[in-house]
Amino acid sequence: MAQQTINTISANELLAYALRLKNTNHRMVAISCTTVENGIEMSYSFDGGNDFINLRFIAGPEDEIESISSIYPYSFLYENEIKELFGVNITGITPDYKDKLYKISVKTPFNMKEGDK
Amino acid sequence: MNFSKKSPWILHYDGSSCNGCDIEVLACLTPLYDVERFGVINTGNPKHADILLITGSINEQNKSVVKQLYEQMANPKVVVAVGICAATGGIFSECYNVLGGVDRIIPVDVYVPGCAARPEAIIDGVVKALGILEERQKFARKKA
Amino acid sequence: MGKETVIPFGPQHPVLPEPIHLDLVLEDETVVEAIPSIGYIHRGLEKLVEKKDFQQYTYVAERICGICSFMHGMGYCMSVESIMGVQIPERAEFLRTIWAELSRLHSHMLWLGLLADALGFESLFMHSWRLREQILDIFEETTSGRVIFSVCDIGGVRKDIDSETLKKINSILDGFEQEVSEITKVFLNDSSVILRTQGLGVLSQQAAFDLGAVGPMARASGIDIDMRKSGYAAYGRLKMEPILETAGDCYARTSVRIKEVFQSLDLIRQCIALIPEGEIKVKVMGNPKGEYFTRLEQPRGEVLYYVKANGTKFLDRVRVRTPTFANIPALLETLKGCQLADVPVLILTIDPCISCTER
Repeated sequence: MAQQTINTISANELLAYALRLKNTNHRMVAISCTTVENGIEMSYSFDGGNDFINLRFIAGPEDEIESISSIYPYSFLYENEIKELFGVNITGITPDYKDKLYKISVKTPFNMKEGDK
Repeated sequence: MNFSKKSPWILHYDGSSCNGCDIEVLACLTPLYDVERFGVINTGNPKHADILLITGSINEQNKSVVKQLYEQMANPKVVVAVGICAATGGIFSECYNVLGGVDRIIPVDVYVPGCAARPEAIIDGVVKALGILEERQKFARKKA
Repeated sequence: MGKETVIPFGPQHPVLPEPIHLDLVLEDETVVEAIPSIGYIHRGLEKLVEKKDFQQYTYVAERICGICSFMHGMGYCMSVESIMGVQIPERAEFLRTIWAELSRLHSHMLWLGLLADALGFESLFMHSWRLREQILDIFEETTSGRVIFSVCDIGGVRKDIDSETLKKINSILDGFEQEVSEITKVFLNDSSVILRTQGLGVLSQQAAFDLGAVGPMARASGIDIDMRKSGYAAYGRLKMEPILETAGDCYARTSVRIKEVFQSLDLIRQCIALIPEGEIKVKVMGNPKGEYFTRLEQPRGEVLYYVKANGTKFLDRVRVRTPTFANIPALLETLKGCQLADVPVLILTIDPCISCTER
């Protein structure tokens, strides 16, 4: 099994890290979220064949997180999902489905935004 | 002549099942169990169907879809809930997006137990549904 | 240039056993764009970790999807075992691999049937599903379940397969192989199948990489990814090479899956030849603490499980990223420019499993 590393970064370094991984031919595997006390813990997972790298930071309810869809185009699906289900404020997703990807009429319990969907 | 007595047409809808029951419903139609030899056909059109087979539980999202499919079917009609999820919500009943069994939305006539329901049980359920269908048909004729 | 029309596809559609909804933007008969919306089967089962403890959650994990049920259970158990540092007995690793490969066989046979059905080739559909029942019989004999087995447990497996039965499995598979090669010949050589699939929905190698495709979808475009090569369970001790095609169209995806049917047969035989005697389960004490990412190869491609535990009976988080989810961007891209009549076949060739995807 490939070695798993978790790099804790700050949210504004995300794009720089993602670009560096893209240049070393890493494949994005997934973006995962975990609800923690002060927001949502985001893990961006990348696979480079022999290594498995996770970028980790915490997104607060007020934070704006920039989308990595300009670097990894297929991240749009993950980012739309996270935005809708977890209420993380991700900006600049192309394409942005504007809360229309998931057809769920109830608010998800892990959504950190106030009020109804 | 009463065709529906022996050869009902079936409409299958997957509520929010895990696919386990769905593939067993399909398995009933394929060579090992082969209910098609009795003229039972899985149709995609609710207007053609006599029996509605629902797998999986009801959530906010598919509520209106299930209701609409039921209303589109011509009378007499019978609803069969396949699997424990369709009966009560099963293992997922505590999930936030799951409302519960199919009977929360539309009247259910036959409950088929199992997780996943076995083909034998599903066929048994459909045969039971046939009896109910016949009763309803008689009743509808008398009224007419 | 024609007017743009939006056609809703699904949720209840004859070709799909599961509800998925796509808004297809058409110009005359040509698809310009496809906009997905999902959530009809969303149950929120990842949230159930708060109500079911980590042992009970194995049952929930198995019900993420009824088709790759065993692999979901296995992936979840592997994650928890990795966190707890549990080394399961070698025999259990081999048994898991046998069941996993049998699951792949049944899933691919199921898919071949659905493809035939989408093509309107009814008899081929019936034959695929008839052969699939032989695999289900093996499941029933070894686990007593047909689709959901509940044999995988944290620390190993619950049931053993004795050598008598292993021999029997071998002979069933011999017969199966002979019969299956008859019908796969039809899939690969029949002119009507070729006309419907060749050149349809081409995904180039570069596009497949850029769109993050996984599994047979990526391998049909010539990308060499197969998580089994990472050697989890008993795969490290077996000989296998990922099956690659280069054309990247629906025909190539069919061909990859067909070759994988024979690959799985080979892997099961290797397992039966190599399986050691011994225990099938170790006792697991205490509660897990820590986090782990597990990746394995499902019939549909790479799946990721993320488990985070806090040292109590209840886990903090279970996350599943399923292969269908990863393949959606590639699907949306290949849909562009295809004819409306080809949409069902094209959607089927990613082998969508919506129940996994929406969780």
